[in-house]
Amino acid sequence: MPADVAIATAKVLFALFLALQIMGLGVFFERKVSALIQDRIGANRAAIFGFAGLGLVNTLIADPIKFLLKEDITPAQSDRLLHFIAPCASLVPALATFAVVPFGDVLALGGRLINLQGAELNVGLLFVLAMASLGVYGVVLAGWASNNRWSLLGGIRGSAQMISYEVAMGLALIGVVLTYNTLDLQEIARAQGRLLWGWLPAWGILYQPLAFVVFLVAGIAESKRIPFDLPESESELVSGYFTEYSGAKHLMFMMSDFVEVVLVAALVTTLFFGGWQVPYLARDGFHFPWGTAVALPSLVVALLQVTAFAVKVIAFTWLQIVIRWTLPRFRYDQLMRLGWKGLLPVSLANVMVSALLVLLAGRGA
Amino acid sequence: MTAPVFLLLAVLVVAAALTVVAHPSPVYSACALVVTLFLLSVFFVALDAQLVAVLQVIVYAGAIVVLFLFVIMLLNLTQPESRPTAGVPVVAVAVGGGIGIAALVAAALRRVPPAGAPALPEGFGDTAALARRLFTAYVLPFELTSVLLLVAIVGAVGLASRKG
Repeated sequence: MPADVAIATAKVLFALFLALQIMGLGVFFERKVSALIQDRIGANRAAIFGFAGLGLVNTLIADPIKFLLKEDITPAQSDRLLHFIAPCASLVPALATFAVVPFGDVLALGGRLINLQGAELNVGLLFVLAMASLGVYGVVLAGWASNNRWSLLGGIRGSAQMISYEVAMGLALIGVVLTYNTLDLQEIARAQGRLLWGWLPAWGILYQPLAFVVFLVAGIAESKRIPFDLPESESELVSGYFTEYSGAKHLMFMMSDFVEVVLVAALVTTLFFGGWQVPYLARDGFHFPWGTAVALPSLVVALLQVTAFAVKVIAFTWLQIVIRWTLPRFRYDQLMRLGWKGLLPVSLANVMVSALLVLLAGRGA
Repeated sequence: MTAPVFLLLAVLVVAAALTVVAHPSPVYSACALVVTLFLLSVFFVALDAQLVAVLQVIVYAGAIVVLFLFVIMLLNLTQPESRPTAGVPVVAVAVGGGIGIAALVAAALRRVPPAGAPALPEGFGDTAALARRLFTAYVLPFELTSVLLLVAIVGAVGLASRKG
């Protein structure tokens, strides 16, 4: 029994650790890739004992320290309790979602098979949606509790935007559920290990390309980043719902933004790009389509899978950062039109066509 | 769920529910409502109904109360509403409701089998089992509810566009 508790704790901590590490890398991309795109050098000022050689690594350490040491200001006339709760309400659901994202298949250790997933939940996909819908409260409460017109506008924009895009996101996920016939993310990842025609890994993108596009767009809108950053709008609302936040609370809002970016990347990876799947790698080693087989111990297989998962998530994090530095911001009516008149009908049509195909095929693919 | 956990959750959920009714600020009431709904979903998890628990959070905590908050913020109801003082009719309704709920609970308790709950059927509370019941035995009420919701949406749009 104590071993079970220890294993469960280790798994949850590892999932959290992985998410936060990739988030740090996301900040690195945000700083350095943006500089590359805009033809500047980027952050290079933080030096530790005159040593700036690792300029950016130092910056990654210096940034949070700076935030933590700054004065934490709560504006007068603001609602103190809700002002305090809002950043927590923003960060916690985003981090909690990683509990159901699988980061590997199974690890055989000391006679037991360990499922490499924080929490085994048979409604994992719905849990993701539930946590996404709870994330709205951080934005709404921050906007309201700050007692600032800009913040209130940001909060209202944020809640309308997140509710609108959750609809399209949920409908895109229905296509995935129809394909794999399960709500368990680990089962979805496992189902993508099969091969089509004996050589092509059956990743979700082959079955659900439309759902992938809708999910990615809606996901970026959920994380409130350019081109969907109307709740923040630095140039008109002065950071919108978190204008009145400083110090550690501001850091928490920044963190939850980046955690959501990593979360979208992790979900896209799990649902459409095989999750932790390495092509031709089964539990006992590689089985190549031309007949070669390489036997590998369970630990090596698990390590390869976790690495593959991390690499894919990092790639999609990078993609989102590049999108953020490439596109301009939508106007509010364009945002709503894209959500309700663009993504929603497309994802509805996708559900209909997917359901029809599943019916014709006689079962889930 | 063990007794101490149940008691702790029960106290929390009742406290949150009381806050919804008693707090003067509508924003706090809405937030307390979220907490109440979220804690209720924990009870559903303990009853092996994971799907109901998650739906509770998605539909009620995640969508409906957000709309409440949205409206409260848009109308900028920062001033506490003046509440009606508890006159005879209010007290009468409260007492009557309380007696009604007590009767329901008593009736439900009489139906509980005396010794230990029976073993749960295979696949209890999972999505497939629930969906099968919903689309076979209860398909008519289900479709009627959908039509009702559709009518409500059409009505809301109709009313809104007439004003504008």
